[in-house]
Amino acid sequence: MSFSGPLDTLGALVLLTGALFLALGGLGLVRMPDVFNRIQAGTKATTLGTLLVLIGAALIMPGWAIKLLLIMLFLMFTNPLSSQVLARAAHRSGAPMAPQTQVDRLDEDAEELA
Amino acid sequence: MSDTGVPIPAKGTTAPPLGRFATRLFATLFLFWLLLNGSLSPATLLSGVVVAGVIAFFFSRNLSFLSGFNLTPKGIGAGLMFIGYFLKELVKANLALAKLVVTPSLPLSPAIVKVRTRLTHPVGRLLLANAITLTPGTLTTEIQGEYLYIHWVVAKDTEIDAATQEIVAGFEQYLEVMYG
Repeated sequence: MSFSGPLDTLGALVLLTGALFLALGGLGLVRMPDVFNRIQAGTKATTLGTLLVLIGAALIMPGWAIKLLLIMLFLMFTNPLSSQVLARAAHRSGAPMAPQTQVDRLDEDAEELA
Repeated sequence: MSDTGVPIPAKGTTAPPLGRFATRLFATLFLFWLLLNGSLSPATLLSGVVVAGVIAFFFSRNLSFLSGFNLTPKGIGAGLMFIGYFLKELVKANLALAKLVVTPSLPLSPAIVKVRTRLTHPVGRLLLANAITLTPGTLTTEIQGEYLYIHWVVAKDTEIDAATQEIVAGFEQYLEVMYG
């Protein structure tokens, strides 16, 4: 196996871009003020970052492409679901929200939802 | 349809016959199994048939990926458009968030807004909620009937109609055709 073909170079670049998005997601986790914003930073950046890493891997190892595609599909379904459940649990247990939060319609409707 | 006064389950439209349901589920599972294994050896095929068969038998009443999907050229076309639109929005969302995170002042104006969806099918709503979560600064927090409660990092509008237009309308136009 050699890492010299154009596909390998492209794959390495895509991998690197994915890693960059993952790093930015990590930075978002540290900088965001409350749990909801942190989940936002975590979900989006990790989804695109992981997708790009998998695409990069598929370019370097074309034989894995189908399996990697399946992993991407599962990821795109499960990642947002887990974030939504976390956010809902956080809201129900009364996690504090950032002071600059404008409105909370979910809180306003909490009585009729219960 | 009937004058006996006994309610008859609607055919085809709302609840397809159980047999067809199970067959679709079986086919989906078996296809995933083959793709995951990447081999057509007898042992793989046999274990795939057994596992997919057992799952399809026990879960045929539950929701499957394809249940309710409008399997017509129009529906499939809308599905492809949806995927394209979704990927575009996903990239946009990430660039916007990346820019926000590296901005020193961290210009947030978060809010939880309420939006309404016209979609009625549960899988359609699931896809909408997931798509919203993965795109620009929005996170579905709770679904109640036709209302979704969405956390928005940089809320442009907190009123229900404007927020619906901003967040939901883009995806809904495709999902409506897919799960119409």
